[in-house]
Amino acid sequence: MAKKMLEVKDLTTKYITRFRENIYAVDHVSFEVEEGKTLGIAGESGCGKSTLALSLMGYYFPPLYYSGGEITIDGRNISGLKPDDVRKSILGTEIAYIPQAAMNALNPTAKIIRFIEDVIHAHDPKKTKKDIYDLAKERFEILNLPSDVLQKHSVELSGGMKQRTVIAISTILSPKVLIADEPSSALDVTSQKLVIKMMYDLMNMGYIKSMIFITHELPLLYNVTDDIMVMYAGQIVESGSARQMVFDPVHPYSKGLMDSIIVPEEGTRDAKLTAIPGTPPNLKDPPKGCRFADRCKYVMPLCQTSFVTMRRFGELDDDGNAESQRRYRCIVPVHELKETFKREGGLRNTGGAAI
Amino acid sequence: MSDSVLSGKGITKVFGFGDKKTIAVDHVDFDFHERELVSIVGESGSGKTTLVKMLLGLLSVTEGDIYFMGKKRDISTRGKKREYWKGIQAIFQDPFSSYNMFHKIDSVLLDCINMRGGAGLPRSKKIEMMTEACGFVNLKFAELTNKYPFELSGGQMQRLMIARIFLLKPKILLADEPTSMIDACSRATILDMLLQCRDEVGMMIIFITHDIGLAYYISDSVYIMEHGKFVEHGSADDVILNPSADYTKRLINDVPKIHAPWDFGKALG
Repeated sequence: MAKKMLEVKDLTTKYITRFRENIYAVDHVSFEVEEGKTLGIAGESGCGKSTLALSLMGYYFPPLYYSGGEITIDGRNISGLKPDDVRKSILGTEIAYIPQAAMNALNPTAKIIRFIEDVIHAHDPKKTKKDIYDLAKERFEILNLPSDVLQKHSVELSGGMKQRTVIAISTILSPKVLIADEPSSALDVTSQKLVIKMMYDLMNMGYIKSMIFITHELPLLYNVTDDIMVMYAGQIVESGSARQMVFDPVHPYSKGLMDSIIVPEEGTRDAKLTAIPGTPPNLKDPPKGCRFADRCKYVMPLCQTSFVTMRRFGELDDDGNAESQRRYRCIVPVHELKETFKREGGLRNTGGAAI
Repeated sequence: MSDSVLSGKGITKVFGFGDKKTIAVDHVDFDFHERELVSIVGESGSGKTTLVKMLLGLLSVTEGDIYFMGKKRDISTRGKKREYWKGIQAIFQDPFSSYNMFHKIDSVLLDCINMRGGAGLPRSKKIEMMTEACGFVNLKFAELTNKYPFELSGGQMQRLMIARIFLLKPKILLADEPTSMIDACSRATILDMLLQCRDEVGMMIIFITHDIGLAYYISDSVYIMEHGKFVEHGSADDVILNPSADYTKRLINDVPKIHAPWDFGKALG
């Protein structure tokens, strides 16, 4: 059993609007990430993926507020710390973040080395410039960046180089958890592959202990992550290994997501692409029952009224434990869901490669 | 083979001159036929958008001729340009910047009806047409009246853009990365509507994208563009499943796939 790097239990965070309404954008989210593993978080826009990332970092600035739950990084409970303490003791060393628009994250008036000095000095003010330069140079080599980039301004760099620079800056203090929020949405496929490979190199060399990937591009998640978690309207609706989630989803929403995968491979062209009709519920006044009920094809009267909890499932292994990570949130039993999906003509992308 | 709607011979666009000369589009030949969905695939900087702007007549062509409906395109005057735009329309990447934000949605759609010569129609007939167009893209016209474009979500706006196209019924629709700002679930809806435009209205669609998976799913034929040149073209199955150009091979190789995962990182299982 690998060491647990990040453990999140019932994390709930809310936005408070101008009219004093509470919007629970992250609602009782629990998961864990082990050392050397990568977790992917999928979901459509507005489902709370990015808010979850901010909440994990302890980045609580109005209108975002902490509401409940526990975050433990490598045995240390960090929930409920003040933003200033978080910046001094957590950010960078425990948890680091690559923002969505990494391209625009660099101040154009400062040299790259200045950002790195800033980050290191915030944690260790005594470190000399020479030491910092050597450290930065070493990391830049891993990311295949020439060391003269350190003396440049961000405007002189290309998009891919900026992205790698941002990765270098966020990981300079060897964080235990790296959160990448849409790390490659602005890049070409070639540079995207390169950037992700470099993040893996960093992890294999031990500079990062574990990663969380946030994106709505499912083929990418499947290639990059070990486990995938699907979020819908602030809640997790299903989690499991990447392979199980893509080829064998059980929740109707994850199934809808997986059916919208488009890849340039034989057999995917003739299969009809299906979209999930409707829009997510307004979280000002979330539905009492299942949050997906309004858009679900298999909705029953009970779905609208009864609160649905996360359920574990899966075959028992040798020790008698169910597969630990396989969970879903639906009132219909797994085998019934699977039968229904099969009746409907099976999964779009299985192509015979069923588990 | 059906008739050629739009074709080009040796289309070239050069920006700047002397030492700073950039050849954005380099002697490109193409021939697009009626009721065909053509994808142009390339990475950023390959000249896709420059080509689109030339086809739309927004940029002048440095060299080469464009033929529209078998005749050489003439957009030398404002009137002729307007006439040309009745036959060719576009939807762009960013639906938020495609609208005049001071105009309500009704007036956006009314403009389209007027442009098609429907200015003299009675108001009830116009509303009927607008309702039909909104129904085509799964929007409810009654909910949209008196709203401004920014009150809609990105996916709804992009759909409204297609409703405009439905009213205008051009011969050719240029779709310049219409799905890149929208998440994967709404993307399927947009793609379906483009296919409907082709099948039900009979438009010829030019679909510009950097995502080779999308191109494979949607198009009849695919053109691969690299540094301003078409390196490969043919039917979607030929190009994607048996690529011949190195560039195409590299593009396909680098796209994340489901059945042939990348060779680094995690162990699948």
